[in-house]
Amino acid sequence: REDRGRSPQRDFHILFVPRRSLLCEQWLKEQGVLGSFIHREQYSLDLIPFDGDLLSMESESAFKECYLESDQTSLYHAAKGLMTLQALYGTIPQIFGKGDCARHVANMMIRMKREFPGSQNSVFPVFDTLLLLDRNVDLLTPLATQLTYEGLIDEIYGIQNTYVKLPPEKFAPKKQGEGGKDLPTEPKKLQLNSAEELYAEIRDKNFNAVGSVLSKKAKIISAAFEERHHAKTVGEIKQFVSQLPHMQAARSSLANHTSIAELIKDITTSEDFFDNLTVEQEFMSGIDTDKVNNYIEDCIAQKHPLIKILRLVCLQSVCNSGLKQKVLDHYKREILQTYGFEHILTLNNLEKAGLLKPQTGGRNNYPTIRKTLRLWMDDVNEQNPNDISYVYSGYAPLSVRLAQLLARPGWRSIEEVLKMLPGPHFEERQQLPTGLQKKRQHGENRVTLVFFLGGVTYAEIAALRFLSQMEDGGTEYVIATTKLINGTTWIKSLMEKLEPAPL
Amino acid sequence: MSRVRADEEEYWHSSKFRAFTFDDEDDELSQLKESKRAVNSLRDIVDDDDDDLERVSWSGEPVGSISWSIKETASGSTSSLDGRDSSPQKGSSSYAALPKQASSYSLSSLFKGEGFLCATQLCLSLSALTDTGVKNYAPELRRPKAEYKDYSSDWSPKDTVRRMQRGKVCSLERFRSLQDKLVLLDEAVAGHDGNVITAVLIFLKRTLRREILFRELEVRQVALCHLIHFLRETGEQKFLLDLLRFLDRTEEVALSQYREHLNIQDVEKRREFLKGCIGLPFSAEDTSHIQDHYTLLERQIIIEANDRHLEMAGQSELFRKYPRKASILNMPLVTTLFYSCFYHYTEAEGMFSSPTNLKKTFKIPDKQYVLTALAARAKLRAWGDVDALLTTKNWLGYTKKKAPIGFHRVVEILQRNNAPVQVLQEYVRLVEDVETRLNLATKYKCHDVVIETYRDLKDRIQLTAYKCKVERGSAEEEKINSILNNMVRNYCF
Repeated sequence: REDRGRSPQRDFHILFVPRRSLLCEQWLKEQGVLGSFIHREQYSLDLIPFDGDLLSMESESAFKECYLESDQTSLYHAAKGLMTLQALYGTIPQIFGKGDCARHVANMMIRMKREFPGSQNSVFPVFDTLLLLDRNVDLLTPLATQLTYEGLIDEIYGIQNTYVKLPPEKFAPKKQGEGGKDLPTEPKKLQLNSAEELYAEIRDKNFNAVGSVLSKKAKIISAAFEERHHAKTVGEIKQFVSQLPHMQAARSSLANHTSIAELIKDITTSEDFFDNLTVEQEFMSGIDTDKVNNYIEDCIAQKHPLIKILRLVCLQSVCNSGLKQKVLDHYKREILQTYGFEHILTLNNLEKAGLLKPQTGGRNNYPTIRKTLRLWMDDVNEQNPNDISYVYSGYAPLSVRLAQLLARPGWRSIEEVLKMLPGPHFEERQQLPTGLQKKRQHGENRVTLVFFLGGVTYAEIAALRFLSQMEDGGTEYVIATTKLINGTTWIKSLMEKLEPAPL
Repeated sequence: MSRVRADEEEYWHSSKFRAFTFDDEDDELSQLKESKRAVNSLRDIVDDDDDDLERVSWSGEPVGSISWSIKETASGSTSSLDGRDSSPQKGSSSYAALPKQASSYSLSSLFKGEGFLCATQLCLSLSALTDTGVKNYAPELRRPKAEYKDYSSDWSPKDTVRRMQRGKVCSLERFRSLQDKLVLLDEAVAGHDGNVITAVLIFLKRTLRREILFRELEVRQVALCHLIHFLRETGEQKFLLDLLRFLDRTEEVALSQYREHLNIQDVEKRREFLKGCIGLPFSAEDTSHIQDHYTLLERQIIIEANDRHLEMAGQSELFRKYPRKASILNMPLVTTLFYSCFYHYTEAEGMFSSPTNLKKTFKIPDKQYVLTALAARAKLRAWGDVDALLTTKNWLGYTKKKAPIGFHRVVEILQRNNAPVQVLQEYVRLVEDVETRLNLATKYKCHDVVIETYRDLKDRIQLTAYKCKVERGSAEEEKINSILNNMVRNYCF
């Protein structure tokens, strides 16, 4: 309103992204400024492409809304996004799903298709299968610390819309002879996606395997630059010069990632990281999940960041199918006494989401699930992995295992285990217009779109990519989700906001 | 209804809320064409799958969004208006996620990649398909609607919901009977679009008596959840609590009410509020936590007042040497304990500010207590107190050093506070695990401990090797030498 008075010539426009909401407009009305906007539009972004095989709605509150508040609006938008996708890439003939939200999305998709018959198009189907997975089918995976290169970057520094901000010290250009006195103070911002060759190569590797790739690359690039000494004829020199930009880009890319890897290594070699990881792996392999854990207690006593504590206790709870009442009460008391009683609200949310709850029914299902689905693999090979468990150095993400088993040999072989996981599992078929039925050539891969309802981690994405490039895997995966998450951002979205919102 | 208009233009373009009449005013069209055009330029593309003849009436124009009209009638006045607040938006067509545009923009420019709305790959990929399949399911994109459509026919609840889903303005006022309203709600729920459901709920909230609304929502879970979410977002606490009470969701009532305390900045008021929360129907565990929260704040207020007084009086040396960096109000319990161990360590149990009082009142476990007290005394370099904390007397009067947290932790804390080596040494010596003990002793240069440990292990080699770590001619070197000699002697026999 002030602005308006100041410059009556100016036009104010507002664009709602991703969509206009009633509440927003109401609030604007209350402020008395809604009418000041000449244009009020919405720019509908349902699924945003993040990379060649990755789509995200970037809806932060989707998990909280669906599982805490039973508000399934974001699922409606997911369904709409899927309809758009089908309009562009063809009707998906087979839909599999596990979870209440998955069921709901599938129902909406079928209904939308029925209600708008004009949407039949003549696009050859690109996707053979759609797999809808509720996040709460696998609450474990996001809680564990990711160990892939990209996963670690996200865990430590946070990747926002493919950009990461890093401490600038290691990226200061080294000038000859100078002591680097003018250190940049702005964090270094880098874009990370598969367009960068080196990044595409190392992003999904276990971090311990990255060093050797970088050093190999360094040798190759050095050798390439040495070529200039061998170029004798004008023609050879010209060829060398033409390749120069590419080589320089490769060299700068290598420099950046070497710096990033160093930064990460400082953290991963720290005692605290090691201790934390040890406890996580103990829980995931089923050791001592039913008692109060000393390391967690120590961390609370030393007042480590609350989210770290919450991740650990939730991990323990999930790996134990809920904690014994005494253990839970003990943790709760320590947390409230150390961090403040107001966190009762957050603890309540975590219980509601199924992350930190008392054990009901006295049975711990996790060992059965773990054994049947082979979630813990002792003989993991980080350098040359043969199984998806490399992304957590031993733990195979439950969600990806389910996808893997769906493709081969199918979910019928794990009926019993599926029943232990929350929500229904189902299969639907959608009619393809005649003539579009695709016959897969021998050796040609099926394409499956895996849609994570509630969030997905980079480690899970890496695991799916691993499956895609497996020799006789038979399936290629494209990943879609409501949000790209890591344990920290995920738990944060479930925490009660403790400061009154500034107006 | 009277309203305050922000300016003339707004007035002209806004619509008055009227009872729904259908005045056939074709002749007005030409007069109002200009204004209509202005209005239309703000309209989104109107979905045209009904192939209606264009309705032209101006006065029968539907009101703005439901919420707008509700706010209008409810509050009685608003400072500015917009006449065309359309009801909740969805994608313009059934499935295409194309941005909506005012009709003044040409759509072909969108597809060519111009215009401020084309940024994502999705846009571009859609443009690639313009020629192939878009036409089938997004007809209006080919034919921008320049005319503002009017709705003067009676839409059934189902159709109303449909239209709202597509972002068209719909007046819900025509649904007067309870029956109609409920059908409308059920239709909205069946449509799954959260925005539409919320819009209908707002309408019902305004036009139904509370008891009826609550009763009807009790059997409609989805709508209920939406309403609760909505009430939380808009902060309508009272309504929310009434609803939860009606539903007998007592624990939620308690927690929702407790949540409010965060909005109270004044400590005294907050304390009063917390006191009021104690009787609420929390679960058994939570009740004790709420009780603790209240008691803690109550104590903190007393301590804070007292200490501020002390600090200002300037008499206390402790407060002068270590001025307080922050107030103790609203701090967690353990932080309060640390503060108390720091500034009020020797006070009698009867005083609220004494650590022992806190321990007793809040049943702080030994482990936590010792750890916190240790950290506080170490910070003050009160090594004597540290020692006393770790010494227990058994019934025979013998003292023994005991730590409920492991001596390696004790050493860590002391070292962090730059304890002198003699003090550190005492406790390193008590670390149970030999390897840890050696590590710590070597790290912190507690030579005596290293020597003694190697002696106990009868490790000649390490002991000899360690000689180079100690100063030449020092007492430690002598000690090593004598031990080594003893060892030799023992072997000889």
